[in-house]
Amino acid sequence: MTNSLDAYLVLSGLLFAIGSFGFLARRNAISMLMSIELMLNAVNLAIVAFGSFVDRLRPNASVIALMVIAVAAAEATVGLAIVIAIYRNRRTPLVDEYDSLRQ
Amino acid sequence: MMVCFGALAGIYVIAGAPLVAATQVLVYIGAISVLVLFAIMLTQTKAAPARLVFQTQAVPAAIAAVLLAGIIAVSVAATDWHALSQRVESATGAVAQVLFQQYVLPFEIVSVLLLAAVIGGVFLAKREQGDVS
Repeated sequence: MTNSLDAYLVLSGLLFAIGSFGFLARRNAISMLMSIELMLNAVNLAIVAFGSFVDRLRPNASVIALMVIAVAAAEATVGLAIVIAIYRNRRTPLVDEYDSLRQ
Repeated sequence: MMVCFGALAGIYVIAGAPLVAATQVLVYIGAISVLVLFAIMLTQTKAAPARLVFQTQAVPAAIAAVLLAGIIAVSVAATDWHALSQRVESATGAVAQVLFQQYVLPFEIVSVLLLAAVIGGVFLAKREQGDVS
């Protein structure tokens, strides 16, 4: 179990669950973005684990993981820019006070 | 968060993907952590509560997360993945071969996407002309 595919996948699922808890439970927009990064990392770990244990997927998995990292970087850039732009208008980083669409 | 990213880079090395590990160190520890730190520093106010702020539904969220972890663990244990019993190292040269021959179009698309994201980020974070605040 220590050096098997199952161990990597369980660790990845655990990371994904922690990330989803952070995304659902935190109110700070930056914390939610960090949780999204954690979830993307968990998926990346699963991809790399599959690539290292399933022979057919071996070089492709690294390529896919690199692309996921690039897309995650783009997402972080745009997300943090949006958070800062909203913060400049509303003076708060808490997402449940962004309720101007409801009024 | 940085410790977690660094540990993940170590796990990538163990899992036999050194190129992904190096990219993880460069992109996550080097770039994204600094970006997040800057955003945290920019959005700190005296009025904000200093302690951790959770939603009102934090307990259901915790239950849902634990359930999700349990479901993933059970389904992983129950599935036969046709996996090799021993892991195989993936050579960096083979990754480069595949990346620049078979996946060259997605590679270019990702580079254009990154460029668009950087331009969009600069545009969003830019202060508008005449904005006094």
